[in-house]
Amino acid sequence: MSLRHLVATALLCLASIAGAEELFMARSAQSFPETMLALQEAITRQGYVLSRVQHVDVGLTEMGFATDKYRVVFFGKPEEIRALSARYPQLIPYLPLQVTIFAEGEETLVVGADPLMLQRLVPDPAMAPVFRRWRDDLAVVMESLRALR
Amino acid sequence: MFKVILLAVMLAGALPAAVAADGAQLYGQHCAACHGLHGEGGVGVPLALPDFLSTADDDFLRKTLRNGRPGRVMPAFRSLADAEVEAIVGHLRSFAKPDAPAARAPSSARVHGDVEKGRALFAQHCAACHGANGEGGHGTGVTFSRPRDLPIMPPALNNAGFLAAASDAMIKATLMRGREGTPMISYLDQGLSEQDINNIVAFVRSFEASAPAQPPPLDEPMILEAESSYSLEETVENMKRAAIGKNFRLIREQRLEHGFFPEGEENAKQVIVYFCNFNFINQALSLDPRVGLFLPCRVTVVEQDGVVKVLSINPKHLSALYNNRELDAACDEMTELYEGILEEATL
Repeated sequence: MSLRHLVATALLCLASIAGAEELFMARSAQSFPETMLALQEAITRQGYVLSRVQHVDVGLTEMGFATDKYRVVFFGKPEEIRALSARYPQLIPYLPLQVTIFAEGEETLVVGADPLMLQRLVPDPAMAPVFRRWRDDLAVVMESLRALR
Repeated sequence: MFKVILLAVMLAGALPAAVAADGAQLYGQHCAACHGLHGEGGVGVPLALPDFLSTADDDFLRKTLRNGRPGRVMPAFRSLADAEVEAIVGHLRSFAKPDAPAARAPSSARVHGDVEKGRALFAQHCAACHGANGEGGHGTGVTFSRPRDLPIMPPALNNAGFLAAASDAMIKATLMRGREGTPMISYLDQGLSEQDINNIVAFVRSFEASAPAQPPPLDEPMILEAESSYSLEETVENMKRAAIGKNFRLIREQRLEHGFFPEGEENAKQVIVYFCNFNFINQALSLDPRVGLFLPCRVTVVEQDGVVKVLSINPKHLSALYNNRELDAACDEMTELYEGILEEATL
């Protein structure tokens, strides 16, 4: 192995992979309105309640953006939100769960953080199945959006 | 028992092949969100460019998948099985047109050139797009919706992931041919000699000595919190004043349980204050369009067992999800703002 390969390998060993696959993303071939509808239906199908859809579009077009279709969707299970926020108040900044949806050309992107990362915040083993369930549910939602044609 | 073992062995043998057949699905799952359903680009750079597909050998694609580009958005897919990586590489090859030239064979041959002469040529011909030190352009991939001075983000040539993946032969071929569909032109057509190009390759390779490594994983807490000596109501008002004092605009105040329980049945001791700074949002979206997880800015005031606390996400922690060094810098600034607001509201 040459010196240059050794150097490059050493640099990569230093590189962090933390977080690299903790971002859940899906591209939908459908336009923004159709994907937004499908996203909300998919979240509801998994047994969650949508608590709010936040517009993040104020002033975007004035700043030169070609689209103002950018929203954050908040969701959760009411009793779960109530119980967990009382028992683990440190979770509150990450509640309700949220995903971002925005238009990219004629297609739409949806982005969310892997809920399993919350284990670092609440290492209680009793919570592991809850975070895993949230993760699985989000994965199902994302997969349903990828399947949109 | 023997049959069970035999079946297990057969299944284990069949598994990689089954996975390998699923390149399109794996691409859809891991790559399409950024690079487009058909490799046309988006948050990530386009992959379905004929010049890219003919100059990038399979080894480049494999190493790029495995190591990503530290600090430059492309994540390292280290949990993929070898067969899955091969399947994705195979799918990427399907983007090539039927009459396209065959992909370059991997080569570890060194291109020899004069680094100093290459430095001067790089400054003259390459630095305008790739940066004086090969640090690359700003933002992400290509843009469909955001204003930018270049239609595509020029790659960071000093990136450890790029340098580990790209052979000298690939860099040379890219310089000689250019990349149609991007601002990257053929430097042979521009009048450079093959030796000039070799010199530039040698200079790019010299970045290995100084390529910035990704900082080690942040030992940052996931949340920011402070205890308030005021009542919940006073703390909420303090919070609003502090946010306005930091040039944020208040968006709204609501209870955490808003939307989950009827009004009047929500927990009144968990109050979220949302605020926003449009210039900051604009800047963040230009750096990475996926930053909605941070938005809008928010602090929650909570009273539990007679103790009032303010809590927020830690932008520095969340930023690590994006593998975007430019965003990290913006999040450092955002974290300082949050800390200032929390301190002002509680002290």
